[in-house]
Amino acid sequence: MDCSHVFEFKFKRLIVVFTLFSAFLLVSLGANAQVDTAHHAENTHEETAKEKKFDIGKFALHHISDSHSWHVIGDTYIGLPVMLYANGKLVTFNSADFNHDDDAKVVVEKNGQRFVKMHEKIYLASASANEHGQYVELDEKHHAKNARPLDLSLTKNACTLLLSVIVLLAVFLNVAKGYRKNKGKSPKGLQSWMEPIILFVRDDIAKPNLGHKYERFMPYLLTVFFFIWFNNMLGLVPFLPGGANLTGNIAVTMVLALATFFITVFNGNKYYWKHIFMPDVPWWMYIVMVPVELFGIFTKPIALMIRLFANITAGHILVLSLICLVFVFNSLYIAPVSIAFAVFIGAIELLVAFIQAFIFTILSALFIGMAVEEHH
Amino acid sequence: MITGSIAAIGAGLAAIGAGLGIGRIGGSAMDGIARQPEAASKIQTAMLIAAAFVEAVALFAVVVALMGNG
Repeated sequence: MDCSHVFEFKFKRLIVVFTLFSAFLLVSLGANAQVDTAHHAENTHEETAKEKKFDIGKFALHHISDSHSWHVIGDTYIGLPVMLYANGKLVTFNSADFNHDDDAKVVVEKNGQRFVKMHEKIYLASASANEHGQYVELDEKHHAKNARPLDLSLTKNACTLLLSVIVLLAVFLNVAKGYRKNKGKSPKGLQSWMEPIILFVRDDIAKPNLGHKYERFMPYLLTVFFFIWFNNMLGLVPFLPGGANLTGNIAVTMVLALATFFITVFNGNKYYWKHIFMPDVPWWMYIVMVPVELFGIFTKPIALMIRLFANITAGHILVLSLICLVFVFNSLYIAPVSIAFAVFIGAIELLVAFIQAFIFTILSALFIGMAVEEHH
Repeated sequence: MITGSIAAIGAGLAAIGAGLGIGRIGGSAMDGIARQPEAASKIQTAMLIAAAFVEAVALFAVVVALMGNG
């Protein structure tokens, strides 16, 4: 049977390339889900005896949030540098000094100042421990009341950010070199993997939305597309080089959305601003139109920010909750079902990782296109 | 006795809304592709964008439900 028609559309061709690449990631996800389950089974067995109830929400939120140390496997963690600005002094130490305590029980003393870590937040330690052995004062909701230093630490997310920058640079410097070397010839190696995707961004995202001015915005669109895509994929790898939920962090998506916001505002031409402040409507409509249009400038990037954040976070929570089913039912026989579902959702997440990068880029291009469009 | 959070009902309602929305988008895209198979790639792109808008609203609701739960 001739299957060549499948490759006819650029988008489909891209999906095929993408699926082949992701097959490798999928296998590792499946393998690791089992390891993870076995490991947590031991931990939670002790906990269930104590608390009798397994809190999925707490477990999932703990796993998707940022952390001061990097979990490898079992009880092995990598300490990350902690940088604090407290009482006018910069204090640095290794997060391994906390001994992976997250309950304010271990005090780190540095430069005459004492710190404790509770729920991944660093506090100035109290002089003496409370009845639970914690060096913090708690309010009635069990939140710490102690003062917090300014935390500039290189956390797990910050490290992943640097890692993804290295990966992106390595890939794209290689592709750029290949492009120079094979000019006029067919692409080679990594170049033949990236070139169709770069062309996809140019032909299907930039050109239809930006018209003939697309070249000016191509660097931004390509950067944002590959940054989001690579980080979504890194977030899906459950073990060491991945494991951080970078694009599921609202601060990261906010910076990305701010970039789109500033590019839109600074490139807006007179027609764009006229459309906002002096639309072609009767003057008494201005009372409604102008505030709504002004509001629209800000809601667009905010929607971009929340869309990416919520999609990636929801995906991670889904996978974690499915794995948690084992502990909710407290039975090993549910494990095959929950792992099968987790792998299935993991496969969907690979697609979502691509689609979200695509959506963010195409909407950015759409908004920029609206701002630079000439009057006709 | 039924225990649980009312936030779960909110998340469920959001899922119903998103399901109706994405179902309509998907169905219409199918119709479009069946009528004009040569325009499939363009229809797919437009479909994904529209689906993302619908999905985003549902996800806002899920985030609010999560916050209300927490």
